[in-house]
Amino acid sequence: MSGDAMSDWTEGTEAILYQRCGTCSRVWYFRRDFCPHCGDTKVVSYRAAGSGTVHAMTRVARAPSEALRAHAPYVIGLVDVDEGFRMMAHLDDGVRIGDRVRARFETFGDAIVPVFGTD
Amino acid sequence: MSWVTGVGLTRFGKHPGRGTLDLMSEAATSALADAGLERRDIDGLLTGYSTTLPHLMLSTLFAEHFGLSPRYAHAIQLGGATGFTMAMLAHHIVEAGLASHVLVVAGENRLTGQSRDSAVQTLAQVGHPAYEVPLGATIPAYYGLVASRYMHEHGITEEDFAALAVLMRTHATRHPGAQFRDPISEVDVLASKPVSSPLKLLDCCPVSDGGAAFVVSRECVSAHSVRILGTAQAHTHQHVSAAPSLTRFGAAASASDAMRAAGVTLRDVDYAGIYDSFTITLAILLEEIGLAPRGQAGKLARAGHFSADGSVPLNAHGGLLSYGHCGVGGAMAHLVEAHLQLTDRGGERQCGAPRLALLHGDGGVLSSHVSLVMERAR
Ligand SMILES: [Zn+2]
Repeated sequence: MSGDAMSDWTEGTEAILYQRCGTCSRVWYFRRDFCPHCGDTKVVSYRAAGSGTVHAMTRVARAPSEALRAHAPYVIGLVDVDEGFRMMAHLDDGVRIGDRVRARFETFGDAIVPVFGTD
Repeated sequence: MSWVTGVGLTRFGKHPGRGTLDLMSEAATSALADAGLERRDIDGLLTGYSTTLPHLMLSTLFAEHFGLSPRYAHAIQLGGATGFTMAMLAHHIVEAGLASHVLVVAGENRLTGQSRDSAVQTLAQVGHPAYEVPLGATIPAYYGLVASRYMHEHGITEEDFAALAVLMRTHATRHPGAQFRDPISEVDVLASKPVSSPLKLLDCCPVSDGGAAFVVSRECVSAHSVRILGTAQAHTHQHVSAAPSLTRFGAAASASDAMRAAGVTLRDVDYAGIYDSFTITLAILLEEIGLAPRGQAGKLARAGHFSADGSVPLNAHGGLLSYGHCGVGGAMAHLVEAHLQLTDRGGERQCGAPRLALLHGDGGVLSSHVSLVMERAR
């Protein structure tokens, strides 16, 4: 499962990827080719199953651009994904902090984004 | 040891037709006059950055324009923490003997020099370009996320945040240079337009044109000088997705290190200048530093604790929330006001006779912290 061969939602693939250090076993979200904790380069990318718990959320009423204005309001959240990392994503309306949620993917502007909702 | 020997601050709001260098020059002229110094006396120069005038070398661009030939100069970029970081560095520069008088200056026509969308998008770039910005996140959204978790854990209400907006507006009514001077109530704040929950328009600082400057000197050359006693920083992350916690930030470490360097404790602090980009920012920083117990910042504000005649007067000029926010100069206005207060020059805003001020700035999403302790000359 080499990181190079895999792609995720930031590149248009319906997937959430994370990385794990082969030496110290730490897990993180933002992709890089070394471990930010111990510096080791034995880094492996994995695909997350897509389940997690809502840690924080905000309902955006004022979108940053004309292109996204039509989508507003939309809810952005931080989700603690079960594999052990935190990520930013969209949330379904009505989801609350502490709720168990599961990811799907939707078009937003000219990208696809992860949207978490209750099962 | 170092001294802030002079300060300068422009009116904040709209300055149509005036650019970054104009606003920097206006503030610098005031600061030099206040310190009783000439251009030739300035041998150190620190500038911030300007989103309306991106430049590789803003410090020397300004030096040439204003007419300075410093022995030491460069610009600094640390978001909202830039202004106090420049003060921190100027303090160390004069202590190290690299310069005798460091001019610290920033200014920007952030309001009239660009469209509203452009300002919002430029600022949103402190978010991660791949993992956060494509989600339609904005600066208020990043802070809204923090606010939601902070409220969840500490039982704070939107009314508590509103009390801080009201306090800043009350203070701004006494400053002729403030962008917003019409009094507001908590009801007005709660009824203002939603931006990114729980933040509403009046929980958010405005975008402003303006400039600010001060001179940090090795000697106490002016009649109204204030001593910088201690400074410190703390940096824990860049992106809110990577923050180690949404309820504990680097402010506590930064402020306590600065107070330790100054040889003072929180009990000695009788004036506070705290970064207030949003009401939530102000609440968290006050509580993190220990100027208010957890969850109590709004309640203390409502009870008058941070008012001009309270125990610890806070942002007597109206803060970013009501004096305004022109980028780097925004937090520098907190230092300018602290200087006026510590030298009894606050006019109708004077808050008794404070002796010791604690200043704290935050950059990014509560990710970069910088603290300063300043003392009235004895
Ligand atoms: Zn490792």
